[in-house]
Amino acid sequence: MGDLLSLFINSVFIGNILLAYFLGMCSFIAVSKNIETATGLGFAVIFVLSVTSPVNWIIYHGLLAPGALSWAGFPDLDLSFLKFITFIAVIAAIVQAVEMIIDKYSPLLYAALGVFLPLIAVNCAILGTSLFMVERDYTFIESIVFGAGSGTGWMLAIVSMAAIRKKTKYADVPKGLEGFGITMIIAGLMAMTFMMFSGITL
Amino acid sequence: MLKDKSEYMEILIRGIWRENPVAYQVLGICSALAVTVKMSTALVMAIALTVVTAFSSLIISSLRKKIPSNIRIIVELAVIASLVIVTDEVLKAFFYDTSKQLSIFVGLIITNCIVLGRAEAYALANDPIDSFVDGIANGIGYGLILVFVAFLRELLGSGKFFGIPVIPQFLFDAGYQNMGLMVLAPGAFFIIGLLVWLKSSLTGPSPEKR
Repeated sequence: MGDLLSLFINSVFIGNILLAYFLGMCSFIAVSKNIETATGLGFAVIFVLSVTSPVNWIIYHGLLAPGALSWAGFPDLDLSFLKFITFIAVIAAIVQAVEMIIDKYSPLLYAALGVFLPLIAVNCAILGTSLFMVERDYTFIESIVFGAGSGTGWMLAIVSMAAIRKKTKYADVPKGLEGFGITMIIAGLMAMTFMMFSGITL
Repeated sequence: MLKDKSEYMEILIRGIWRENPVAYQVLGICSALAVTVKMSTALVMAIALTVVTAFSSLIISSLRKKIPSNIRIIVELAVIASLVIVTDEVLKAFFYDTSKQLSIFVGLIITNCIVLGRAEAYALANDPIDSFVDGIANGIGYGLILVFVAFLRELLGSGKFFGIPVIPQFLFDAGYQNMGLMVLAPGAFFIIGLLVWLKSSLTGPSPEKR
């Protein structure tokens, strides 16, 4: 239990998927102009990550990993090179399914998250989390915790960025640095702040 | 239907400099930040991305009249993912150490916005050879930024160039120190931010304004 908690804290703060591994930057820059939309996208990312990470774990360890197909009579088969195309297909399918389910059962949530869901399918944070999960040999339970933790870390970063950008609207930013340039520098300062957590041992 | 050379030059220049994918269109920065600690990884990544973008544009553009528009994203992703798998296997076979350092970022070319962005914005509306050149141009434009950022980060962060120490010893004796910040994540953000500043003061601001 303690291990799982420390994995969660670690993926939210120290190994923040956005500020330490730079995943999901495109939507981070594009959607961080407004706090409400940033929060909406953040929740959608947490949700999708917590679902896709374990599902991809099952598919990888049940079908693709070296020797995973021994139950079907192919003990020497190694399909792990197919993981990229499989993961992206699984993610796209899950995002589509999640969109339809939310639309059917919770129109209110759909109104809040609906526009962001298609965007998420090509968010590198989602694919990146699944690939990290394979590379670091997480167990099934760990993959759920890691997915949820990465999503939470991503949301934390985008919501704080949206709040800071709201303030910078009133700041006198040098011409030419406005927009994308200053956003990157703010992200750099945020990354420095998050590095502070790396001294914490759990 | 080969065109005049100057028209291809025009497409190349637009992709590499005027509408540079990283600095102007703000695409593909995820990996631009992550693989730029060292020159060697940045160079391999730039070549891998150029190859994938060029061929995915070529293939998608050749298929553009056959793909039904409502499933085009899936088709595009399938084409890109297959190319990425080939690239990854080639890297693992011939550049094993670099491919280990790039870890998941080769796979993330699939979701790199440049590849899908060029497919959507250019390849679907232009003929295959133009799209191929456009893919190469954008790949090179991305690669240039990557290599430049990597050059600064490696030089300032660890005093090396392609893994060879270039800062003379007497500077260290005189009190010079490597800037550890550059090797870590924040250094990448700062350099890209300043680079965008330089680019937009040279060629005018990008469309991504508040």
